[in-house]
Amino acid sequence: MDKKDYDPGKIDIAWCPGCGNFGILNALKQALAELEIEPQNLVIVSGIGQAAKIPHYLKCNFFNGLHGRALPPATGIKASNPGLVVIAESGDGDMYGEGGNHFIHTIRRNPDITCFVHNNMVYGLTKGQASPTSQCGFKTPVQVEGVSEMPFNPIAMAIAQDASFVARTYIGNPEHTVEMMKKAIQHRGFALVDIFQPCVSFNKVNTYAWFKENTYFLEETHDPCDRVAAFKRAIETEKLPLGIFYVNPKKTIFEKNLSAYAEDNRPLFQRNPDKEHLLELLTFKKA
Amino acid sequence: MKNDVSIVLCGEAGQGLKTVESVLTAILKQDGYNVFATKEYMSRVRGGVNTTSIRVSSGPVMAYVDKIDLLLSLNPSRTKHLESRTTKETVVIEEQNNMVATGLVCGLFDVELSILNEQVKRHFSAKAEKVVHENLEAAEKGHRKGRELVSSKRIDVDVKKDDKVKGQLLLNGADAVGLGAIAGGCNFISAYPMSPSTGVLVFLSQHARRFGIVTEQAEDEISAMNMALGAWYAGGRALVSTSGGGFALMTEGLSLAGMLELPVVIHLAQRPGPATGLPTRTEQGDLNLVLYAGHGEFPRAIFAPGDIEEAFYLTQNAFNLADKYQVPVFVLTDQYLMDSYYNVAELKTEGLKVEHCFIKTDQDYKRYAPAKNGVSPRGIPGHGEGLICVDSDEHDPEGHITEDLEQRDSLVHKRLKKLDGLIAAALEPELIGGKEYKILVVGWGTTRQMICEALERMGRKDIAFLCFSQVYPLHPKTLQYLNKAQKVIMIENNAASQFAGLIKLQTGFEIKDKINKCNGLAFSVEEIIAGLESII
Repeated sequence: MDKKDYDPGKIDIAWCPGCGNFGILNALKQALAELEIEPQNLVIVSGIGQAAKIPHYLKCNFFNGLHGRALPPATGIKASNPGLVVIAESGDGDMYGEGGNHFIHTIRRNPDITCFVHNNMVYGLTKGQASPTSQCGFKTPVQVEGVSEMPFNPIAMAIAQDASFVARTYIGNPEHTVEMMKKAIQHRGFALVDIFQPCVSFNKVNTYAWFKENTYFLEETHDPCDRVAAFKRAIETEKLPLGIFYVNPKKTIFEKNLSAYAEDNRPLFQRNPDKEHLLELLTFKKA
Repeated sequence: MKNDVSIVLCGEAGQGLKTVESVLTAILKQDGYNVFATKEYMSRVRGGVNTTSIRVSSGPVMAYVDKIDLLLSLNPSRTKHLESRTTKETVVIEEQNNMVATGLVCGLFDVELSILNEQVKRHFSAKAEKVVHENLEAAEKGHRKGRELVSSKRIDVDVKKDDKVKGQLLLNGADAVGLGAIAGGCNFISAYPMSPSTGVLVFLSQHARRFGIVTEQAEDEISAMNMALGAWYAGGRALVSTSGGGFALMTEGLSLAGMLELPVVIHLAQRPGPATGLPTRTEQGDLNLVLYAGHGEFPRAIFAPGDIEEAFYLTQNAFNLADKYQVPVFVLTDQYLMDSYYNVAELKTEGLKVEHCFIKTDQDYKRYAPAKNGVSPRGIPGHGEGLICVDSDEHDPEGHITEDLEQRDSLVHKRLKKLDGLIAAALEPELIGGKEYKILVVGWGTTRQMICEALERMGRKDIAFLCFSQVYPLHPKTLQYLNKAQKVIMIENNAASQFAGLIKLQTGFEIKDKINKCNGLAFSVEEIIAGLESII
């Protein structure tokens, strides 16, 4: 397939010129095309924010739900029809702030869904307040003295929770972003890709140049199956590593483990309740 | 001689009252006795005082009464709790062994020993042989004590058995909601445990493999609701089950269902609030909550089953109604119904259909295409050529974000138009009693059987009972029924007469006479009679 196959026709994009989201959209289409995923078989679930508008800008089924709530419906969709490719995609405020509890527990649950987080360390749609990943000292009209808390570390959190796939990329390197996206989608189990992107309107600190200067690629010798090593890399602060930190392919996959599919692999929409079983159960309730 | 015997067992949490209740009701029913049981208990795992009330009667019994003929205390210090319900006639017996107590009640009704033995064995089947043997001995000892109670004439019992009862179902409200969900095609439940609704999650989890039901205990109610919406979007038929506090967290997702026009069925078992309230008690206090929950304007329907049979049929119906109109449908129950058992003649499954309303889409499919009745055909992803695009923002017919204010206006009206269909499908309230009534008693939900028995006992031909099992939207004939009466009396298990308020808002009819109860317990038959007599 070609990435043009995902072009939705005439659309009015709400992102600022120069926004990292354009690169991410482009990379996503490229990754999907290379993996030959039909738009009809793809569902993108998003929350609220500038990043969460992404499914409107490509051809796909989408569930653009509530702020912070992308992961629960994504899980519900995958569990109802495991044949669908399900991607949950939103920004750092949505996934790590408002949706923090779902983030923790979806990692534990481990459905076979992919989670792309556009991480620009700021709230864009509400015009420039701190996000959970804003760095210490970051000044905004609300955090006037600068952010005093340490930023949320999604990579370390995910590895601590034994997430099955944890990676980070930077949209300044689109080839790497496409590669990380493809690996995450192909991975069986919950796959997190934290995507660094600059916000050209509201974050004058973490710019394209800043990300370039403050990141580096994990070397090829890094063993993503070594959880302790992965965690050590995740808590580095001087320069932030990019690449696949951690993979645990042995984790039980949520929907595969559901008893609903133990004896019947059809998606839920193809099913009807078994009347004979119901009558049997009613008879049992008579004893 | 008593043909309707009320037995109350009381003890601390952890003394096995639940075991006594389930073994005893099963035995009595199997021996052919009409039986009813309900419990009231504390929100603790050990200690305190819990009670189980069991009625055994010559005819079907479905209601709670205050009267106690036999009070069996598993812990002598705990009977003070029941002072207001005991009289000079109440026989009080202390028996600390719960299996002796079980046997004693069986002896009282001369239950065949073989049935007693069979059920005790069945209950303890997973336990060591020694444990089974000890319990059998205790039960037989109790049986002899029960026989002595009759032969010494300490208590007069003349309850007739009915062979038909033996083959009947014995269910509680949680089972009935669970069975109704299965019959309605439910294949997905996401919930967070919360008394008194947890029984439904447990029931469906127990039967998940056999009926192919996805069951998930979510991290919180927000997640449970959003998962359920994801399931409906992808073609599942999902249920959430919770109580008031949990539902408060779901209201954001409820509004999402309104905007996305997704069906969803919400079972809400009420308990007294505000906040944590009385976690294990009952109330009809959340009607306004479910009526107004969720920001913005969108239609919904609310069922309030009156008893176990209605809990089954209305839950079944809720799935079809939600699917047909793409709206949230509530099944509003309470702790009293969840935890009450009685023998049910039959639950008919022949006529029940699972009506799937989704379509196979073509390439040009638009999820929110204009529709005269407001209901745009619902596609699901991966079924057909179309793309299914849904958005919590205001959207155009394709499901894309729009700020076109004309489109906004038309989408609001399209969504609200579905209320017409819901009104046309609304269940008519049931008139119980003669059509030529002068006094009309109005009730909704689980007060049903207490009001029925109270009116039966009062035996007045000028009083009828208008019983609502759907409380929103109201059936158009509601006002007609109210206008016909000289006096209308509302009975609600809450303090603020929420349903009377709803009726006034919807019909303009003001109900002046009200009977309320809000101490955390269900109305008894006697209380309803006393309440009505004080007004009439």
